[in-house]
Amino acid sequence: MVHIKRRQFLQVGSLATATLFVPKFLKAFEKREFNFVPPGNKVVVILQLSGGNDGLNTVIPVRNDIYYRERPKLGIERSKGLSLTDEVSLHPELTAFADLYNDGSLGILNSVGYPNPDRSHFRSMDIWHTASQSDQYLNTGWVGRYLDAQCKGCDKPTQALEIDDVLSLALKGDNIKGLAFKDPRRLYNTSHEKYYKDLAKNHKHDHEHEKPVDYLYKTMSETLSSADYIFQQSKLRPTSADYPKTELGNSFKTISSLIFSDINTKVYYVSLGSFDTHYNQQQQQQRLFKEMNDAIAAFTKDLKTNNRFQDVLLMTFSEFGRRVAQNASSGTDHGTANNMFFIGGDLKQKGIINAMPDLTDLQDGDLKYKVDFKNVYATVLNKWLGANDKLILGKQYDYLY
Amino acid sequence: MAVTNQLKNQHLFCRAGFGVATENLKDLAGVSPKKMYAALEKASNAKPEYFDVADNSIKGIFMGISDVAKMEELKKNGLDSDTRKRIRQQSREDLKSLNLKWLDEMINTDAQLREKMALFWHGHFACRDINIFFQQLMLADIRSNALGNFGDLLKAVSKSASMLGFLNNQQNKKQHPNENFAREVMELFTLGRGNYTENDIKEAARAFTGWSFNIKGEFVFRKFQHDDGKKTILGKTGNFNGDDVLNILLEQKQTAKYITKKIYKFFVNENEVDQSKVDWLSDRFYQSSYSISGLMNDIFTSDWFYDEKNIGANIKSPIELMVGIRRLLPMEIETEQLQLLFQRALGQVLFYPPNVAGWPGGKNWIDSSSLMLRLRIPQLIKDDDAFQLNVKSDDDQQMGMKENTQKKGAGMNAIAKGGFQVRANVDWEKYAKQFDGVGREHLYDVIESVVLQTKPGSIHETSVKSVIDSSTRENYIKTVTVALMGTPEFQLC
Repeated sequence: MVHIKRRQFLQVGSLATATLFVPKFLKAFEKREFNFVPPGNKVVVILQLSGGNDGLNTVIPVRNDIYYRERPKLGIERSKGLSLTDEVSLHPELTAFADLYNDGSLGILNSVGYPNPDRSHFRSMDIWHTASQSDQYLNTGWVGRYLDAQCKGCDKPTQALEIDDVLSLALKGDNIKGLAFKDPRRLYNTSHEKYYKDLAKNHKHDHEHEKPVDYLYKTMSETLSSADYIFQQSKLRPTSADYPKTELGNSFKTISSLIFSDINTKVYYVSLGSFDTHYNQQQQQQRLFKEMNDAIAAFTKDLKTNNRFQDVLLMTFSEFGRRVAQNASSGTDHGTANNMFFIGGDLKQKGIINAMPDLTDLQDGDLKYKVDFKNVYATVLNKWLGANDKLILGKQYDYLY
Repeated sequence: MAVTNQLKNQHLFCRAGFGVATENLKDLAGVSPKKMYAALEKASNAKPEYFDVADNSIKGIFMGISDVAKMEELKKNGLDSDTRKRIRQQSREDLKSLNLKWLDEMINTDAQLREKMALFWHGHFACRDINIFFQQLMLADIRSNALGNFGDLLKAVSKSASMLGFLNNQQNKKQHPNENFAREVMELFTLGRGNYTENDIKEAARAFTGWSFNIKGEFVFRKFQHDDGKKTILGKTGNFNGDDVLNILLEQKQTAKYITKKIYKFFVNENEVDQSKVDWLSDRFYQSSYSISGLMNDIFTSDWFYDEKNIGANIKSPIELMVGIRRLLPMEIETEQLQLLFQRALGQVLFYPPNVAGWPGGKNWIDSSSLMLRLRIPQLIKDDDAFQLNVKSDDDQQMGMKENTQKKGAGMNAIAKGGFQVRANVDWEKYAKQFDGVGREHLYDVIESVVLQTKPGSIHETSVKSVIDSSTRENYIKTVTVALMGTPEFQLC
């Protein structure tokens, strides 16, 4: 399918079509000229739903016969979902999302994907992380390249942080890489060793002929100073709110404490999984959604209480959605296009931003994408983070508004 | 700096193998690198043992199908979903065993060059496949052809069930050609990007139609799916089949150039490529009709390989790092599955390359998390320290199942929630014995020269000395070694 460019459908001239396809969900751009909050305080929180979350059982087309016909066992009845509109309900576990919807702080973008979709987890995740074409292999991620563009000469590479023990490709740039840690105290304790500090202090850095060893020392020194910095910041104004005692709950607690501090972080990255529900999907998705819902409920409440909700844009994505039809093991197999959630106190357009997936127009049993995720990245980079998206994405992608 | 004979030999072991083993230490100063290489080459010519780790329970399902009737029935009806699920789970477990088995071989074998070369090809012919039998077969193809003829290796891998399946050639049929396989063969295995046209790929894909495999992992040519019409590929026209395409690709000098440059970066210097050397090597590689052992001999017996600028110039891959530690320090690891956790955390799990392009290597290995873990590993081994480490699930490996890392006796030794403890018995006595005869006043310098590939004294000695235990000679040797291994310099080879 040919992706319709913004220019093309503007020429169509139908206002209905244009508003349907041109989501306007972020308001940061207008706000900035008032200097309401310093632009440096706007942050993005990316929540990765690893494994391929089943989008159709997340945002449910409750009036669609095809949905129920293809999912006799897995389809979620209209009466069980959380009704958003006459046609659309959310998964029953996503109560906080329904509240955010009613409150005007939730945007749902349907049918997000890319041309020539790959159904392998690692390849499709790679494509989302690197923002590459599906036949292109890149070694740097889109947030990493944001760091490269943003962080020239900045002393601490803490502009992008991942709450995890392993750094994702998304956060690896050519020159600068984000920093991953599970807990600021643990990061501090493991790196706060006199030995490492002594070595770093005494290394003679050859700036003229930088060798691999200099690169290693540079990474080590930055890690040590960042670890101190992050730990200090995490103690500055730690949140006192209650968070669920889950892994994701703890991660969001860490993120909010850092948002309330004076840290220079612009992007937070965290993952939840596994959504790879080939078998007994219902139980597994429900369990993960409960963890996600409770963590996000606490997080958004905390941000509102502290009057920072308007500075935060939280977005979710998954490497792909799942097949429309259920499989024989009460699960679903790998699919293609999927929905994304946008949460924040400053969304330009709220609610269900574009049309629900068209279940009559499938390719090999899978949804066709309508919005390229790279247009989403371009919009977030440009409108929310004020960055040079063309440089970062290697190409000018149309903004979604 | 004068490059000593010892340093040259260490450089050779680092690149043509996985580093110096304890028992090599005594020969480093006296034996010439040429002789050393000849020994490595000789040991590596031996035919490798076939690794068979597949569990008997699924072996029955696959290999026990000797009678044709049953096989046909299976093929027709497919396996039922429970059996498929069981096979997948067991297969994933067996892949871990295959990983550890190969790791042990890298540590212990004298055929260092063969296994190092095999690791290179494992990344070059990057492939993911959950089927343990197919993976065993492909690994055997790679290991037994690692130093042979590149054409033979290319053909063996291209006809392996794992690769054909991974690159979707099962779906490449006369009526509906699938270009994935043809594209990767040209882009990644032979010519490199920019040396063919989209039309070459389309035409080559037609030639590969009908290439398939059976349930036993044997190559099958499905005549009725093959398009036997005329094709034009890289300027040649004929009724080509898949073998013809591979031959056409091998006739291109560009293939020799592409492979040689990649080998040069992996084995000589990943940062500074001396194009005149690459040209010289690739001409000879092409003229030899792609003799890999010839190419490696050209590299490792050339004086320029031992130039100062090439020594310690590459960043060790996680496999090189871990295997290197285990070669220098003889040890028994009780918690052997922790090595898999380290592979995951450091970004290189055998049999799970990040994508078809393989591991990018170099600086890509290093970020704050991976570097700090690398620095800590020697200490964790020495002290049996407990540590916390959570790695993200890999859905291609786990299919949505929560991995059981907390299981007792799984070789992981999980202690508390998310905590682990390495249990390893290092034979410090054997290691320390290698330094007998070295006076205490020279001991630090001698250990440093063995452990690190960087210039002597490049590391800050006072910092190191502040963390060492001088109570006994053995403790001294032990703590100096571990302290030096916990440095940025140790990440280089």
